[in-house]
Amino acid sequence: MRTTVKTIIEKYNNDKTRLMDILMDIQNNFGFISDKFVEVIARETGLSIVDVEQTLTFYHFFSKKPVGEYAVYLNNSVVANMKGRAAVAKAFEEELGCKFGNLCDDGKIGLYNTACIGMSDQEPAAIINDTVFTSLTPLKVKGIVQQMREGKKVTEMIDVIGDGNNSSPLINSMVFNNIRKEGPVLFSEYEVGAAVKKVTEMTPNEVVDEVKSSYLRGRGGAGFPTGLKWEFCRKSEGPRYIHCNADEGEPGTFKERVILTELPKLLFEGMAIAAYALDAKEGIIYLRGEYKYLKNYLEAVLEEMKTANLLGENICGKKGFDFEIRIQFGAGAYVCGEESALIESAEGKRGEPRNRPPFPVQKGYLGMPTVVNNVETICTVVKIINNGADWFSMMGSHESTGTKLISVSGDCDFPGVYAIEWGMRIRDLLEIAGTEDVLAVQIGGPSGVCIGSKEFKRTISFEDIPTGGAITIIGKDRDIIKDVVVNYMDFFIDESCGSCVPCRAITVLMRNKLQKIIDGNGVMNDLDDLVDWGAKMKIANRCGLGQTAANPILTTLENFREKYEALIDKDSDYNTGFDLEKAVADSCAYVDRVPNL
Amino acid sequence: MSKPIVATTSLAGCFGCHMSLLDIDERILELFQLVEFNKSPIDDIKTFTKQCDIGLIEGGCCNSENIHVLKDFRKNCKIIVSVGECAIMGGLPALRNGIPVKECLAEAYLDGPTVGNNTEGILPNNEELPMILDRVYPCHEVVKVDYHLPGCPPRADLIWEALVALVTGNELKLPYEVVKFD
Repeated sequence: MRTTVKTIIEKYNNDKTRLMDILMDIQNNFGFISDKFVEVIARETGLSIVDVEQTLTFYHFFSKKPVGEYAVYLNNSVVANMKGRAAVAKAFEEELGCKFGNLCDDGKIGLYNTACIGMSDQEPAAIINDTVFTSLTPLKVKGIVQQMREGKKVTEMIDVIGDGNNSSPLINSMVFNNIRKEGPVLFSEYEVGAAVKKVTEMTPNEVVDEVKSSYLRGRGGAGFPTGLKWEFCRKSEGPRYIHCNADEGEPGTFKERVILTELPKLLFEGMAIAAYALDAKEGIIYLRGEYKYLKNYLEAVLEEMKTANLLGENICGKKGFDFEIRIQFGAGAYVCGEESALIESAEGKRGEPRNRPPFPVQKGYLGMPTVVNNVETICTVVKIINNGADWFSMMGSHESTGTKLISVSGDCDFPGVYAIEWGMRIRDLLEIAGTEDVLAVQIGGPSGVCIGSKEFKRTISFEDIPTGGAITIIGKDRDIIKDVVVNYMDFFIDESCGSCVPCRAITVLMRNKLQKIIDGNGVMNDLDDLVDWGAKMKIANRCGLGQTAANPILTTLENFREKYEALIDKDSDYNTGFDLEKAVADSCAYVDRVPNL
Repeated sequence: MSKPIVATTSLAGCFGCHMSLLDIDERILELFQLVEFNKSPIDDIKTFTKQCDIGLIEGGCCNSENIHVLKDFRKNCKIIVSVGECAIMGGLPALRNGIPVKECLAEAYLDGPTVGNNTEGILPNNEELPMILDRVYPCHEVVKVDYHLPGCPPRADLIWEALVALVTGNELKLPYEVVKFD
């Protein structure tokens, strides 16, 4: 066993910055990463044992205990619950006779909850040994459990094959693209390699200028001007790196999955263009572990691009234009979508956001200047180079040029990916998505805003309501507090890296306060507390996760205050919700005594 | 005008806060000029004999007895003050809060290194005994608390100044050093 661990470590040249890959290979090979393995890794890479442990314990998909021959990770996002996750989870538990969070069937099958896996348009969905199972029903679960017991390979258990490249032999997945609106930019026809050929005839500065004059802004959510980011990076001495952020962990987002499936060449070409502009020799795609089913396919496309001289050495015959791309998989940590956490993770460490300054463009990967761009951003660059900055900036609105891919899910007839022009009214999007009786729309995932019908006239744009792409539609029959807000708060509690105290602690306090209100023990003062604490979260945390972790409560309190007030007894000015009977139940039962209250 | 009436108690505390109150030294004479004491270990009055103005609570709640006393204080006092770390946040007794109460009882009465004489494995369950809560609760999680006086224990001067401020209606100054602990 030890030799195999050593072989794995040697495969990565005993390089401690490749700890993520080492841990992942060991996890895949043995189903867990024991203390003994940790010792070997530490010795062979020159890390301390705690260094290895802290990375290992940070990520959801690494485990110190066996996770089972089959590890079932069932999504528990808001949309999954809307689509019948409870019945599916119950079916798994009943078939296997054990609860989620445990190993069943003598350690053969493990049941685990997991955060959004990027399949919101085909929920309920689960990942079993890197294979995705979508649109689950209790009946399908029966079949899956039976096949797992028979020892069948997961790849042979899928019963439907998705559309587009999902059906290619290298992916062979149940996943559907659900592209509802193609739009004029990303999904339009283009000649692979034309853009990278074109930039080799330009100077790097001209490329940066072209991107700058398109006014392209980052598509991940924050919307920083891409050209400016590149320009800042060029000001720092190299070697420089380009990282593509494909971590899309924001619950409700899945558009990058579709790009990676249908347009990987567009992405790789975009990275090559960025590399040319930045004079970078190496690039990393940081891909969320949930999308590991795309691994073989993406690696094959990378090879194809190399063969076509669009990657590798002397790209397009331009001497000295060398660029290699490596795929770095994450292992189930939402915070790694934050650019500095992403870099930490790509270096083999815990995904904890860094303090800024210095910004990644000054000191990023391995302390060197690094540009981190979202998948959609990088792909858009290719089209800008091909068609010109003016063509691009004609679309959209003044501060938000071009188009945006939106992942629509929830209570609608046509969930999927929509390429819209910035500036589209929410109302119009709801109409084409096939909705009626909408109670609320969550824009930008849990960290975004939740708005009611009064705001549907507003537009999706940086000027009005910006989004990284997730739009979750919440129908009239939903209980917005119990079905949505509670789930989002639990998500942030799970995903906080724990570095900043407010993010680690106030999220829990706010969640408890919410439960108090739900239990009928809320007073009006509790609502004031929530607003007050939420405001502190915005100023006292290091990264975007912590700064927005109170948003599920804050934005619903702003737009749906009446739902909270309906749960509150307004005659009471103080109610701790303390229940003596409940508080003594455990100890009385243990010492065998009837509680005398 | 009659003197304000003060009551005090120690719940799941160590009596350190009461000791700190005694640390006001000779000012205790001045205090008795200012206020009248009712239920309190200071004068050994065991039960409330009249409505009080100020209730000083030391300690959090670890058992049912603490809950009854605290609720009794809330009923009989106009103003309740949590005095010290344990009343405010649970303090040292709350170290057990991460551990299930069953495990705590097992360690205390069955498995601990000092339980040698309990060969029959008896767990205290006489109905005369207070019932143990699932965790230690700070006072404000049980009843409404009007003021918190931080410290472990709060300095004698702070308790003195707080009492004088409450009685005279003047504002209490809480210097930074008094509320910052790390």
